[in-house]
Amino acid sequence: MGAGLAVLSNGFRGFARYLSGVLGADAYAKYLEHHRSCGHSGPPLTEREFWRDRTDRQDANPQGRCC
Amino acid sequence: MAEAPDNRAGSTGQEGSVATDPALPPTAVDDAVRDAEDRKWTPGKIALWAAISLLGGVAWFMLAIVRGETVNAIWFVFASVCTYLIGYRFYSKVIERFITRPDDRRATPAEYKADGKDYVRTDRNVLFGHHFAAIAGAGPLVGPVIAAQMGYLPGTIWIIVGVVLAGAVQDYLVMFFSMRRGGRSLGQMAREELGVIGGTAALIATLLIMVIIVAILALVVVNALGESPWGVFSVGMTIPIALFMGVYLRYLRPGKVMEVSIIGFVLLMAAIIGGGIVAETAWGADIFTLDKVTIAWGLIVYGFIAAILPVWLLLAPRDYLSTFMKIGVIVMLALAIIVVRPEINVPAFSEFAGRENGPVFPGALFPFLFVTIACGALSGFHALISSGTTPKLVEKERQTRYIGYGGMLMESFVAIMALVAAISIDRGLYFAMNAPAALTGGTVETAATWVNSLGLAGVNISPELLSETARNVGEQSVVSRTGGAPTLAVGLAHIMQQFIGGTAMMSFWYHFAIMFEALFILTAVDAGTRVARFMLQDSIGNFVPKFKEASWRPGAWLCTAIMVGAWGAVLLMGVTDPLGGINTLFPLFGIANQLLAAIALSVCLAIVAKRGTFKYLWIVALPLAFAAVVTITASYQKIFSPTPAVGYFANNAAFSKALADGKTEFGTAKTVTAMEAVVRNTAIQGWLSVIFVVLSIIVIATAVLATIKAFRTRGAGTATDNEDPARPSRVFAPAGPVPTAAERELLAEWEKVPANLRFERAGHH
Repeated sequence: MGAGLAVLSNGFRGFARYLSGVLGADAYAKYLEHHRSCGHSGPPLTEREFWRDRTDRQDANPQGRCC
Repeated sequence: MAEAPDNRAGSTGQEGSVATDPALPPTAVDDAVRDAEDRKWTPGKIALWAAISLLGGVAWFMLAIVRGETVNAIWFVFASVCTYLIGYRFYSKVIERFITRPDDRRATPAEYKADGKDYVRTDRNVLFGHHFAAIAGAGPLVGPVIAAQMGYLPGTIWIIVGVVLAGAVQDYLVMFFSMRRGGRSLGQMAREELGVIGGTAALIATLLIMVIIVAILALVVVNALGESPWGVFSVGMTIPIALFMGVYLRYLRPGKVMEVSIIGFVLLMAAIIGGGIVAETAWGADIFTLDKVTIAWGLIVYGFIAAILPVWLLLAPRDYLSTFMKIGVIVMLALAIIVVRPEINVPAFSEFAGRENGPVFPGALFPFLFVTIACGALSGFHALISSGTTPKLVEKERQTRYIGYGGMLMESFVAIMALVAAISIDRGLYFAMNAPAALTGGTVETAATWVNSLGLAGVNISPELLSETARNVGEQSVVSRTGGAPTLAVGLAHIMQQFIGGTAMMSFWYHFAIMFEALFILTAVDAGTRVARFMLQDSIGNFVPKFKEASWRPGAWLCTAIMVGAWGAVLLMGVTDPLGGINTLFPLFGIANQLLAAIALSVCLAIVAKRGTFKYLWIVALPLAFAAVVTITASYQKIFSPTPAVGYFANNAAFSKALADGKTEFGTAKTVTAMEAVVRNTAIQGWLSVIFVVLSIIVIATAVLATIKAFRTRGAGTATDNEDPARPSRVFAPAGPVPTAAERELLAEWEKVPANLRFERAGHH
């Protein structure tokens, strides 16, 4: 019973992680990972700054959505 | 270290191969190992593919050959899925082997241009979902519904065979070539490969095509919301919901995308339920019952404001909602069809398959069926998405087959499900809903009489069924609700109520379907306007440099106004058209989309030829030839056909003559003003067709010239290569959804590499 529940919760968590990836919710985490791995000298953008920057760049560089 | 020979990966002799870091495990599965894996047919594998082929064959037999009273919807699922699997496993591998020739030793733009923002290596399965959400919208939900006029078989064959041989090929190739060029857009590639003339023609054609596509998508929404207080309220509520989400993400809890999407989704459901309550009240019905012209104007004003508002406020949050809904809806639809398995009583070929005077859309099966169903079989619009965004996120070159080709197969499956949903409703109801009011007369009695007078086998509809359906779905009327969306919504409600909730839930499911279609379309309208504005700004910027500055408000606003004005004019034309806007304009939508596909395939043709692949050029030439023949024939008929229902100019002449003769009503137009509107509209539509087809012929001709030139100079090594220089990759990831044995082995090797060594990038700031 316990094992079944664990499988279920794992599956659900995996699905939630997948969905957040598709939505792009993990963009900041990926940015931080990139920042760390590339040995940038300056501090990374804060979460708030990052998301602002992200949408503001979309303003200047629009992406199509399909029909 | 980039110069070090790469012995471990066995890359010697491979075209364009680069030497990867010997300190790391190989970044690609050895070619010989992969080939051996591919070619080794174990008994299990043989049995599996034999079973898939057999099931697919039986399903096609049930759909195409067996002529029973009804056919079960599950055969559509089996026929499509089995064909997709075979196409993916065999045909796309042929393309990979002979045309794209990916090399996983090369870094993708997401690796060599990595910036943590636009260029980010993304897990292939996540990117598959992301790419799918970007390409799939309302298109595959609408076209197949309209095409069902011809019966189910022509549409089914075109959707399934078309995607395997054309649509998915286009998406895959454009994505791959854009990836090799650092994620360049289709327009930039056209310019590079086809020269100034071809490139400029492609740019203008793309801009015009976007205008048409946005206008007709908007028309679908207008038709779905006209005289529907419930729909207007719930779709209208998406705007404040999106604004709230935008503010929430910007100021309250930045980055909590999942959280805000769930909140938004709950609010959306509340808006659908609330819409039913509001529409019941006298004041609600009073405020939200709007005629189509008012809604069209509302949409135009909305389109302008939405396109100049910052992205974070409206577009980004609605995009989240839209993606969330898209995945949910598709899973739901698939489950419902598999669980309910409705019986279909539509004939394989309807009475209209052999005629050219169908009430839903005019014209003969060839070529008009193939333009009516664009998205789902072959959609040129995808080329704009497949170039640009997704290529910047791909982790390994080999994954483009899964994401590009596979993603399009998935969209095709959505189209099949939409077709099934639409044909699961009563056939008489289908024609009463999809024929223009000029034919049905607009009331349940006249519509029933008209439908029964068509002489369709097995169709005998009563006015009561029409009013009962309207009552069940919570609408005032379902007669002449053209545009595909309401029909799909009725079909979906019909299937879903058997699954969850019964008849009492039908009105909820209907408005749920209208809501998601409207959501997809509004996002496409908004994003399309922005992209078109940007292209216009860029083009004007060649003459007036100030326009190139995206942040220069007057320029951006002026270009937005021009683009909104352009699609708004076409939209109003469709809404006020006495012939019924969908009837006249939908073919133009399909032609535009397919012409864009022809342009994209032309660019691919030129690139493939320049890479020296002539033996397998037919893989690109085949869909290009088909798209070119279909669209040029369709355009030709739209321009030159003497049948007024088909030819724009024939219709124009007929109405002009009637006006000159002093008639006050003619055909479906009951007033002189309406007749003048027909004259004006047909002239504009006719000339648009002329411009489209001329521009496309220029693009195709320049591509063919580039191909011939490449053929003449083959072997001379003079062909220009516009690819970014190859750089060694430092990462590994499997190519398909599930890793193969060899890939698992390699992954295990990579697991052992210390993280700091794995992601270190030389020369990065």
